[in-house]
Amino acid sequence: MKILCAVKRVEDPEQKIKVKPDGSGIVLDGMNYKPNPYDEIAVEEALRLKEKQGGGEVVVVSIGDDKFVTELRHALAMGADRGILVKLASPTDSDGAARLLAKVVEKEKPDLVICGRQAVDDDQAQTGQLLAEYLGWGQATFAAKVESLESAEEKSKTPGLQIDGNHVKVIREVDGGLEIVDVELPAVVTTELRLNMPRYASLPGIMKAKKKTIEELGADALGVDVTPKVKVRKLESPPARKGGVKVADVAALMDKLKNEAKVI
Amino acid sequence: MDFQLSPEQIALRDTARKFAREEMAPVAKGYDHTGEFPLPVIEKGFELGLMNMTLPVELGGLGLSHVEQALVVEELAGGCAGISTSMIANDLALLPILIGGSDEQKERLVKPFSEKLRFASFGLTEPGAGSDVSGLATTAVRDGDHYVLNGSKMWITNGGHADQFSIFATVDKKAGRKGITCFVVEGRPEGLSSGHHEDKLGQRASNTVALTLENVRVPVANRIGEEGQGWEIAMATLDNSRPLTAMLAVGIGQAALEHAIAYAKERKQFGQPIANFQGIQFMLADMATELHAARLLSYEAAAQLDAGLRNTLVSSYAKRFAADTAMKVCTDAVQIFGGYGYSKEYPVEKLFRDAKLIQIYEGTSQIQRMVIARELLKG
Repeated sequence: MKILCAVKRVEDPEQKIKVKPDGSGIVLDGMNYKPNPYDEIAVEEALRLKEKQGGGEVVVVSIGDDKFVTELRHALAMGADRGILVKLASPTDSDGAARLLAKVVEKEKPDLVICGRQAVDDDQAQTGQLLAEYLGWGQATFAAKVESLESAEEKSKTPGLQIDGNHVKVIREVDGGLEIVDVELPAVVTTELRLNMPRYASLPGIMKAKKKTIEELGADALGVDVTPKVKVRKLESPPARKGGVKVADVAALMDKLKNEAKVI
Repeated sequence: MDFQLSPEQIALRDTARKFAREEMAPVAKGYDHTGEFPLPVIEKGFELGLMNMTLPVELGGLGLSHVEQALVVEELAGGCAGISTSMIANDLALLPILIGGSDEQKERLVKPFSEKLRFASFGLTEPGAGSDVSGLATTAVRDGDHYVLNGSKMWITNGGHADQFSIFATVDKKAGRKGITCFVVEGRPEGLSSGHHEDKLGQRASNTVALTLENVRVPVANRIGEEGQGWEIAMATLDNSRPLTAMLAVGIGQAALEHAIAYAKERKQFGQPIANFQGIQFMLADMATELHAARLLSYEAAAQLDAGLRNTLVSSYAKRFAADTAMKVCTDAVQIFGGYGYSKEYPVEKLFRDAKLIQIYEGTSQIQRMVIARELLKG
């Protein structure tokens, strides 16, 4: 089975993000980048499915400039077989990414596409869904599993997605519970945080990744209009949290809740 | 001269950093407290390839350069220097075989360590022979196709868990250095026993024991090099391992610096973060500058090894400077934390204790100065 995963390069979410004074974006000076954590989960799931089936191919795709090779190499070091970089100089939006991915999928013809549910940079959570729509494929979003990330199943690297013939059974996180959906392949699945714990890029894996191929495709040659349809007008930091106050007694607290906060 | 890391080197470092943060740091305090051997952590590290990094590919290793190993070791030391010392102890123990052994010996005595997690120990120091290694008293007497070893060894890292030992013994006490010979003891044969785990000041997760050898029989096939070549092999081993111990020191110091910076920005006195005070700023500036100098010295010592050059002088610069710098940086970090720095609730007191050992093991800072002076004055 051939599985294709999309991997995005994102600002390291552990860093302090500062908004530019004019609100046109964030300060990129000195920024560290890493693969989108949801996409690492997608790659992990693909590798587990391949390991369980004892064969197949995991192809990872990224859309961006030369720097995105780093994130592709990371996925290759985890164990993916080869990479594709769709070269694009200036960023596009979820729709542009989905349209480009659709072209790659038409060319590669995978049985399954696994994407992170969203990228942690702009939190759009749309690419997987749009991709399924453009391909005319079924989709199962926010894939999770019943077992916890501390369970024996997780430790033995059992995949959460269950492939049965030309169907995939996906457990989805929904409000207040889990939903099980059965999707015909080929399909698009997007991954939730509680699907798996992605493996490390091991040192032997990193050395092997050096020799794996990354094919470059020009975005222009794919014949897709990637002009962003979403315009970011302004970014603002959330207002700084004001310090709390100590109240003398319960009566003072009740008074504040009633008359100041007006919550009771 | 190019100070840039390649993408693979950055990836190796990132994996080591992630491992240090996620697998080592959360359990470091517990192991430090109990002194228990951190086998589960080491097992995970082994699976990720964080051991045997510089073993040649034909011996099942990764064939990484010493500079790459140094990058990884700095990160690991930031997670826990005690666990790191136990993780790199195999490198030290297998080096005599890589340096002085035959191809057959490398295949038989080194390669198995890349296939499965096992521990080997380096046995040079003795109760009465520390800095003065040439005075070692463990004897090896030839008996047919065997040698019979008798004596005791001190401060043996992983000695309680190892099943292979590189032991230095003398075949002729009167010959001094020229009698010293290196042997590999396989398994834990009759006559070899280890003492209790030493209750140490720092690096407490690393297993440290005394070894006693009573009529331990070693086949001649396990003699590394010729009789009397042990001194040379031991010195070459230490030349080789000094960049690593230097990097352990840098990793400890870097962790202390990062904690100190974070604390200085957060701790308020006189109505403002203490990081606003020049007294603190100058301390941080010196800590960072000296650590970086130590890091660069260690890289150069490692790079000389990669280039096949004799690195005695620069590796002694590196080990001496990095160990002393880490001690100073950790002392300053404790100072910046004030009373909290002296408490086991906060991480810097452990780093302070861990750093001290690097000024002592694998050649004290004073011995490094002697080596440096000898190199400067010779000829």
